[in-house]
Amino acid sequence: MSQFVKFTIDGTECMAARGQYIVDAAKENGIYIPTLCNYPGVKPKGGCRICTVRVNGRLMTACTTPVAEGMTIESEVHDIVELRKSIVELLFVEGNHFCPGCEKSGNCELQALAYRFRIMVPRFPFQFPLRRIDASHPKIIKDQNRCILCKRCIRAIRDEEGRSVFAYRRRSSRVEVVVDPKLGKQLTDELAQKSMDVCPVGSILVKEKGFITPIGSRKYDHEAIGSDIEHIRMTKI
Amino acid sequence: MGQKITIEPVTRVEGHGKVTIHLDNDGNVEQTRLHIVEFRGFERFVQGRPYWEMPVVVQRLCGICPVSHHLAAAKAVDVIVGAGTGNGLTPTGEKMRRLMHYGQIFQSHALHFFHLASPDLLFGIDAPPAKRNIINVALEHRDLAIQGVMMRKYGQEVIKATAGKKIHGTGAIPGGINKHLTEDEREYLLNGDEYMDIDKMISWSQEAVEFFKDYHKNNREVIDGFAEFPSSHLSLVRKDGALDLYHGVLRAVDSEGHKILHDVDYQDYDNYIEEEVRNWSYMKFPYLKEFGKNKGWYSVGPLARMNTADFIDTPLAQKEFEIFKNYNGGKPSNKSMHFHWARLIEILHSAEKIKELLSDKDLIEGELVIRGNKTFEGVGLIEAPRGTLFHHYKVDDNDMITMANLIVSTTNNNQPMNEAVNKVATKVMAGQREITEAMMNAVEVAIRAYDPCLSCATHALGQMPLEFEVFDFNNNCIDRKFKG
Repeated sequence: MSQFVKFTIDGTECMAARGQYIVDAAKENGIYIPTLCNYPGVKPKGGCRICTVRVNGRLMTACTTPVAEGMTIESEVHDIVELRKSIVELLFVEGNHFCPGCEKSGNCELQALAYRFRIMVPRFPFQFPLRRIDASHPKIIKDQNRCILCKRCIRAIRDEEGRSVFAYRRRSSRVEVVVDPKLGKQLTDELAQKSMDVCPVGSILVKEKGFITPIGSRKYDHEAIGSDIEHIRMTKI
Repeated sequence: MGQKITIEPVTRVEGHGKVTIHLDNDGNVEQTRLHIVEFRGFERFVQGRPYWEMPVVVQRLCGICPVSHHLAAAKAVDVIVGAGTGNGLTPTGEKMRRLMHYGQIFQSHALHFFHLASPDLLFGIDAPPAKRNIINVALEHRDLAIQGVMMRKYGQEVIKATAGKKIHGTGAIPGGINKHLTEDEREYLLNGDEYMDIDKMISWSQEAVEFFKDYHKNNREVIDGFAEFPSSHLSLVRKDGALDLYHGVLRAVDSEGHKILHDVDYQDYDNYIEEEVRNWSYMKFPYLKEFGKNKGWYSVGPLARMNTADFIDTPLAQKEFEIFKNYNGGKPSNKSMHFHWARLIEILHSAEKIKELLSDKDLIEGELVIRGNKTFEGVGLIEAPRGTLFHHYKVDDNDMITMANLIVSTTNNNQPMNEAVNKVATKVMAGQREITEAMMNAVEVAIRAYDPCLSCATHALGQMPLEFEVFDFNNNCIDRKFKG
């Protein structure tokens, strides 16, 4: 059996290593499929559904579905783009995301997706939930207003024994991500910074370091999210 | 039968206000009030947020002078991170912030003088509104209009280079600044293109001062006799008495020029200043405790700064300062329209300061941030375009804000604006029962001299329409007009 498989994304012929997830295979072919809960080096979860694509006529999450020979994948088609957009809008209205005062602004993936999708205002009503900020940890702040429950921190931030420093608490609409009271005490400066970097929004913040990156030097100040991947494609062409 | 007159809204100022004029049985003005009817509540909703967000969050109070709020908040949180009380920053930190601030003063004063105030001076207070606006300034005084627009643009470019954006940037952070000025940015501001030229900005600033002085020469009555009343004046001054818009000690003088607040450390401002709440306005009334609510009020802003400062440390502005002082006999000017004169001297001073800073190497290299022992409370004061701006925060053990008190420049001018309205209304309303356009204009011009930002002062968005109402002796509204 060949190591590589051939498939198409929106009619473009692509090739990737067998077993690669669609989102990564697309990236290698210079095609950007948006993600939020996915994070390099962490087992994919398919939680946020932003990466939804249509594979051979069926909706699948691109971050958890491996490519296979002859797959026909649709990504940048109207209904799927609208689906992704509506997910982003739902995330905005479900929490309290006030970008003007958020230090993750310019580096925030949720904000960057909203700009990419040209969302001016969500179509859904804002919920304005009453949420708390947990500032009791000496190194980080956990702002529940901005948490999108993507679980990236739970999956990526682990102690030396592999235990998650962050965890879910409560259930259903009351669920929130918190720092494990015991393991959190061992959070090093490096892990604290990694927690903030892993968080796609401004829910985990390292204390006392706000706004140190000047406007103009932030990740999405000059280029839209995904444009780095699309540049690969342009270069190839 | 007595009357009450309401003027609403007041135009060409920032925010929304209403003037009511109560007349007695004989039709004489009995009482006037400038009501500020907006409410925002920043002091409350920043509670529970981390202190380092304050410079970025609180600047959203305003789109005209966000830099002032940004820097006042930054100065307050400097204290919290142990970076000193206004003078402990690294040279780069302080100079970048100063450059940002002078850019802000320059653009805001240019906006006010050229866009908001100049129509009154060029076309006269009595001219119809259709004539008395910036469009007609552009049509009939093209060069002046271009200068106004380009000077404002220049100031905004200075802000962009230091804060990252023209409006609502993020440059100042606790203990310093988050960027240097690049060589390209410096070159652009020194000698960018036709209009991005600091020497041209200085020259235009001088022309603006000359324009005002010429106007003054031919219109003494309007400039000197309009809304003149005795007032105390308060501002920051540098320790040696120089005008300093970024940092200093707190000084107040009475209407005759006697010091009544002796160069005190502003960290202790609440020992000297208190705010009174009155049930007819969302804007508080600050006063000097020592002199009580009735006599302790004071004015702030460009005119107050000319009245408190001993000198200006830039040569061209100093020369104009001396002319200003000599004209007023070395005593404080209590003439409301002299605000414009003072504002133009400050434009010139800011341009000179910008030039001086742009040749300073510290902007290009050096440590950006400094920190020391943390504290749990900090006060930050700055001379904003409209006057002294107070930010005061307390934090808890977890770095979260537990208390915020903001005394905004326009709030400090609350009583003086009321006094000015009273002075003008008494003159123009005598014996009148109906509101005329000229009356409304006169009252507006008096308020506008203070360049009030009512949005900031009530911590609100939008334009500043003004409502005028006339009430009779029995408190019945007998006339009402809106401007907006």
